[in-house]
Amino acid sequence: MSKFEFPPSIKSRPTYGTLEPRNGTAHLFIADAQGAQAVIDVCQKDPSIAKFAHIIFIPKGEDELAEDLAELGAAQLYVGPTYEAAISRIRHVLRDAKMGLQIYLAGSEGLMGQAQNEAVNAGYPHTAIQSEHRGSTARRMQCVHCKGITEDVETDPFVCAHCGLNLFVRDHYSRRLAAFQGVCIDAEDHGNVPEQKGIYE
Amino acid sequence: MSAAPQKTKPGAEKIAVTVAAVVRVNDLMTRFEFKRRDGQLFPPFSGGAHTVVEMKDGEKTRLNPYSLMSSPGDLSTYAITVRRDDIGRGGSLFMHRNVQQGDDMTITYPVNLFSLDLRAKKHVFLAGGIGITPFLAMIHQMEQSNGNWELHYSVKTKSLGSYVDDLTQMYPNKVKIYIDDQSQAIDLKGLLDGQPLGTHAYVCGPKGMINWVHATASAQGWPTECVHSEEFLAPAPGEPFQVRLCKSDIVITVGEQESLLEAIERCGVEAPFLCRGGSCGQCETDVVSADGEFVHRDHWLDDEEHASGKKIMPCVSRFIGTSLELDR
Amino acid sequence: MTIQFNDETFRDDYSFKNSEWAINRFPFPFHEDSYMYSVNMEQHRGGPKESIFEKRFDVDEHYVSEMRDRAMVLADDPLRCQSLPHMTLAGWDLLELIMVSKSEDYPDLFELHRDKDNWRWVNKPLGIDDSFVFLDETTLPYGPMEYITRQAQGDFCVLDQREENLWMDAGMITTQADWSLDFDIGMNFFEWHAPVPKAHELGIFTRALKFLLNVQQGAPARRLNWTMTVNPLLDTSPENYHKWGIQKTSLTPENLGSKQHLRVELQTFFRLPRSNALVFPIRCYLCSFQDLMTRPKWGRRLHRVIRDLPEELATYKGFIDNRPMMLDYLSQFDDGLPTSPGVFADLDTEPALQK
Repeated sequence: MSKFEFPPSIKSRPTYGTLEPRNGTAHLFIADAQGAQAVIDVCQKDPSIAKFAHIIFIPKGEDELAEDLAELGAAQLYVGPTYEAAISRIRHVLRDAKMGLQIYLAGSEGLMGQAQNEAVNAGYPHTAIQSEHRGSTARRMQCVHCKGITEDVETDPFVCAHCGLNLFVRDHYSRRLAAFQGVCIDAEDHGNVPEQKGIYE
Repeated sequence: MSAAPQKTKPGAEKIAVTVAAVVRVNDLMTRFEFKRRDGQLFPPFSGGAHTVVEMKDGEKTRLNPYSLMSSPGDLSTYAITVRRDDIGRGGSLFMHRNVQQGDDMTITYPVNLFSLDLRAKKHVFLAGGIGITPFLAMIHQMEQSNGNWELHYSVKTKSLGSYVDDLTQMYPNKVKIYIDDQSQAIDLKGLLDGQPLGTHAYVCGPKGMINWVHATASAQGWPTECVHSEEFLAPAPGEPFQVRLCKSDIVITVGEQESLLEAIERCGVEAPFLCRGGSCGQCETDVVSADGEFVHRDHWLDDEEHASGKKIMPCVSRFIGTSLELDR
Repeated sequence: MTIQFNDETFRDDYSFKNSEWAINRFPFPFHEDSYMYSVNMEQHRGGPKESIFEKRFDVDEHYVSEMRDRAMVLADDPLRCQSLPHMTLAGWDLLELIMVSKSEDYPDLFELHRDKDNWRWVNKPLGIDDSFVFLDETTLPYGPMEYITRQAQGDFCVLDQREENLWMDAGMITTQADWSLDFDIGMNFFEWHAPVPKAHELGIFTRALKFLLNVQQGAPARRLNWTMTVNPLLDTSPENYHKWGIQKTSLTPENLGSKQHLRVELQTFFRLPRSNALVFPIRCYLCSFQDLMTRPKWGRRLHRVIRDLPEELATYKGFIDNRPMMLDYLSQFDDGLPTSPGVFADLDTEPALQK
């Protein structure tokens, strides 16, 4: 399955790489859906990691990949129904973690952004966290007006799920909110809302 | 833009001081305490900051950076501790031999190139010899704000361990001393292993110790963003060489014992600088042309810039060759 | 010096007005007849008497009304003032800097009495007389940054310096030209400037960052920035854009002179000593086009700058749609005569409009 090529963009827009094995005393993987394949790939690059690995996976329908992950022989594997359900586990693991931990994120931007935040809040520098994008290109969008976050946005413009304003999609991204910015599209001409297109069309 | 834009003067702002005390700490180290000549309090500063001390040695003016070791909470006095280096360029010798209580001197406002990361959940300080000085100020700062810290301090011998007794008495649970000639060494791997996520490590000491800490931490998976170091590079001497300063249209000769920056200043050309130790980037100078080899000794330019031959940091780097022209 | 403080609004009925004194000292930002980005930093060590550059933190006739407007913005949206936990020490640094500077620069308006850590601060224009313990947050009604910036004109960004970069980790942002603190807090220098067109390729931000990383204690710096606003609205935030955006369409040739404002930011940069952070105050000055046109040189120059500004910049600064109408108005004040270099109006030497 080929990876999506994000078009070049502004400096605040996150870019992703390819997961590589790194020296460390423990390895934490957090992934959703097709991100599992990136986890499998890096563990195959260095099979010695698995012994010290804790994998947290949200399948979102990719149950076969969950089975493949189970075969890696990780020290701990958690397959959970949603990211929200996994949060308390993630926070506990980070709270008890020691320096020497390597963190690997893979899958959708929304999952990676939120998991990265948990790590940063626990004291881990964001520049040391590896991330690889796989699968969905839907965005988490924050409405700059009401501050509500609308999940899984794929069209531009879109309607804020909280306050109902029509918002256009910006590439300006906040690491802290793990979301892109949505701004009212018809503020200067009320009611003039362009037709919805795919964000990457 | 405005009617009277001022040209930036090189270096940090200066303060006129009097030497309030000269205290022999041990055979190699002496502490110098300063008070302001105008009677005011010194500017506040952050732990890890240094001041640049001006030494008028006959015709020669030396400018050496020294970490502030005094407490940021007590601004009546600034204190530094200087290690005597008998084979160096003479700055520390000047301090030890020529500076006496009551002397008037000039120092700069503090500059910090080695600051604490206040987001850290815990700070681990690693000091070697004279490298203890910045940590003394950091520890005062940490204590004022209930910070979580510990110090591992390596000294050559008990008698050369500056401030060891003070530290172990004031902070018995947070300070560990390692004495070289008693074969005590920091178990760095063991120390780094098991630190909670969010710990930052800071090292100040000889080059070998700094490299060792960075390498060990990296091998154990510590992100580089969590390991901080400061090393004051004294400009190393070298063969004299000639330089043409294009903007000033003069040719100067850099002597064996002076840095390129010092030679430029000696010839009356004002060049920007700040730390004078190869770390801050202020003195970065463009090379107009060069026929020879650069001896880069700074921590500022990256490998590509070093290889390009288009830039040099005159505070610490030198040149060997037939001709060099700089944009100054 | 005595300042007559206005009682005016920056919203709703927009009763804001500049006196002759305020127009005289308005920081017209263009030193030549065209505009391109530059790092344009200089030392912030005084300036011509009575100019906005003279004092460390300029106080003018709009002080009391601006602070009232800030309080209203904050009551409505407290997220305009945020400080990440590690920035409290920098907040104390800023409090000390502003209190010391203002009490020294405007002794008839502000007083600071210090007995070791026991401080007493008197702010006569705002009727404040507070005693507190320096470095003890429990003795102030707000965090130190919020406390003092509720009493200082302009926005304040407090930047943590780490990893050879600057991080926007605290701020009081209620008079911004369309950016959100709540969104940008935590970003580094390149990230929060990401939306600015063209400047990144020009290397502007790399050079600016290098300069700022080396700003030292006792040696502050400054530069000017500018944009356009319809109506003297201070709170042109993205948060409220869906409410104020429509005002841009209310311009007519008849009202343009009074409604269209040039909005100039005096940006200053001070190193903060105990935290080693950098504070970046952004002081906003507004002047209507009709007031600017009373200075012939500014009239000639503004027309030329706006006419020749690249489309990307006019779009980014939010006035591309109104530009044709603005040029129609401004061209009336451009007789084609040469203009003197520099930003000052030079009323003695610049001839009156020849049309």
